[in-house]
Amino acid sequence: MSDMPQRLSLQGNQACALGAIAAGCRLFAGYPITPSSEVAERMAKELPRVEGVFIQMEDEIASMAACLGGSMGGIKSMTATSGPGFSLKQENIGYGIQAEIPCVIINVMRGGPSTGMPTRPAQGDVMQARWGTHGDHPIIVLSPSSVQEIYQQTIQAFNFSETYRIPVVVLYDEAIGHLVDTVDLPKPEDIETTDRKWASGPAEDYLPYAPDEDLIPPMCSPGNGYRTHTTGLTHLETGFPTQVPEDVTRVTTRLLDKIEVHRDAIEQYELKHCDDAEILVVAFGITARASERAVNMAREKGIKAGLLRPVTLWPFPERVLQELAGRVNHVLVAEMNAGQLILEIERLCPDSTAVSGINKFDGEPISPNEVLSRIEECKK
Amino acid sequence: MSDAASPLEIRDISASEPADKFEIRDYLRLDMFPHFLCPGCGHGIALRALLWAIHDLDIDKNQLAVVSGIGCSGRLSAYVDANTFHTTHGRPLAFATGLKLARPDLHVIVITGDGDCLAIGGNHLIHAARRNLDITCIMMNNEVYGMTGGQVSPTTSLDRFTTTTPLGNREPGFDACALAKGAGATFVGREVTLQTTALKNLMQEGIAHEGFSFVEVISDCTEIYGRKNELGSSPEMVLSQKRSVLPKFDGTAVDKPFRAGSWDTGILWQEDRPEYYTAYREHCHRVLGK
Repeated sequence: MSDMPQRLSLQGNQACALGAIAAGCRLFAGYPITPSSEVAERMAKELPRVEGVFIQMEDEIASMAACLGGSMGGIKSMTATSGPGFSLKQENIGYGIQAEIPCVIINVMRGGPSTGMPTRPAQGDVMQARWGTHGDHPIIVLSPSSVQEIYQQTIQAFNFSETYRIPVVVLYDEAIGHLVDTVDLPKPEDIETTDRKWASGPAEDYLPYAPDEDLIPPMCSPGNGYRTHTTGLTHLETGFPTQVPEDVTRVTTRLLDKIEVHRDAIEQYELKHCDDAEILVVAFGITARASERAVNMAREKGIKAGLLRPVTLWPFPERVLQELAGRVNHVLVAEMNAGQLILEIERLCPDSTAVSGINKFDGEPISPNEVLSRIEECKK
Repeated sequence: MSDAASPLEIRDISASEPADKFEIRDYLRLDMFPHFLCPGCGHGIALRALLWAIHDLDIDKNQLAVVSGIGCSGRLSAYVDANTFHTTHGRPLAFATGLKLARPDLHVIVITGDGDCLAIGGNHLIHAARRNLDITCIMMNNEVYGMTGGQVSPTTSLDRFTTTTPLGNREPGFDACALAKGAGATFVGREVTLQTTALKNLMQEGIAHEGFSFVEVISDCTEIYGRKNELGSSPEMVLSQKRSVLPKFDGTAVDKPFRAGSWDTGILWQEDRPEYYTAYREHCHRVLGK
């Protein structure tokens, strides 16, 4: 890594790896899967240069476990996968959520279900990213839509993960993952990175899951004298299991609230031409690029269209959508699936706003003209 | 290989006298007691042997990480006054792999069971053995899924009754030590809970071994497996291990050993092979010219 700002031609997956290194990731555990393998390949090359560790595990489940294991040891850790592997990782992602272990999971989406279309883009994991693991749980999911943004959002993912002690998913599609584009890498000192809150004070007073006022408990690292217990069982502030109903309610509510109360700091989105928009397009990832073009084309034709691009898919930027939805006549949700994010948007929009989907799941990205024609239909 | 002498002979393989007397309370989280193990369960004996071995190796509790999976064996980590991790079913070796790679300074010990390690976690066992990362894997073999109520496991003896083999088990079981050795483990041993000193010594050798060490503990599930198969009282079950550790081809083997085929015990295999993390780091430095 250079000490100077750099302009490089990078593939999305490679930009992800460089973002991870810049964020301070020093352990990667992965398993080969199309179309995410280039993340692992680049990490295998970069990590030994910064005294980090790369390991290709025996399967997807093991790579999620080893990633969590690395973070339990106090090292920023990451894994990368695609749909089938993401499914296999879900139980251990739940462990990371329950035990509050920071880590980053890259999921490069391909056609599905099952083996589906490994080399074709899709956006079919929106709901799996939110609800893939069982039980009530929070999650943070970021969705970059350019190679540059993959680099930045991977860093952001580590920062959120460390700040809120939670696994963070970076969700992008095969098209962005394999896109080669120009990326500006900042100077290392211009990159903002965050480390988890470390425990301090006497070991006998330390409760590993007693939160500070921000609802986040400081974490300890093995070897620092705290000797705590980490479990996927529902546990008390002490770290030891409980099944007492009022205790379970308290600790689970805190787990959910720790993300909910920080929504303002977490939610990210981009607005284009929304001030006077009558038709709002909501799109993320590669689809947002086509949608932005379509909105610009519509504006040239005198149609007041706007774009809301959620960068944080979960928690979904609710307030901005609700505010916009009250002002526009139509909301169009463009996504490369049969209709997933639209369910969240329908829930948030008033009955007076017409919500419809632009959906495609044939392995081809949605084109600007496809979005434009639907915008024009709304105007008829 | 184990010698063919009396299985009850206690092998003295401890290298040195302990610095001070082993006091188990020094290594337990006493506020976690009473423990949840059933009366007569062999897991408590195994845990004591493990803590005794840790004591005699003079391992700093702050530098000790105990990683367990799910099942009766999985609960043991919570009782140890160390850095403890109760992970997901079958995955403790995979978690431990990440932990050890991130923190090679830690002593990483995995406690697992026959179902956790050989069924749902079998893939992780063979690859951990192949890699030879410096982790000690203690596998409690009680031939049954105890926590879930007594279902057949990959080590259940032929013809034994479990809740999922109501007519008797017809699946042959794994020889876990042969599996670990075949996959490349550089230290493999087996001991019975009846021989606590030998068990402690075997664990001590395994932890001291640089590389992946696999220790199988023949432990008794008295309350579920024992009752279901009318294997006698807890003392009778433990004493039955005396029969089952007779050498395989010993003509004096009793007519109906508790574990069909009987077991070899002691250090069954040990070899020197580069420890994975050290080899990885040295190799990277060499190639990168650091």
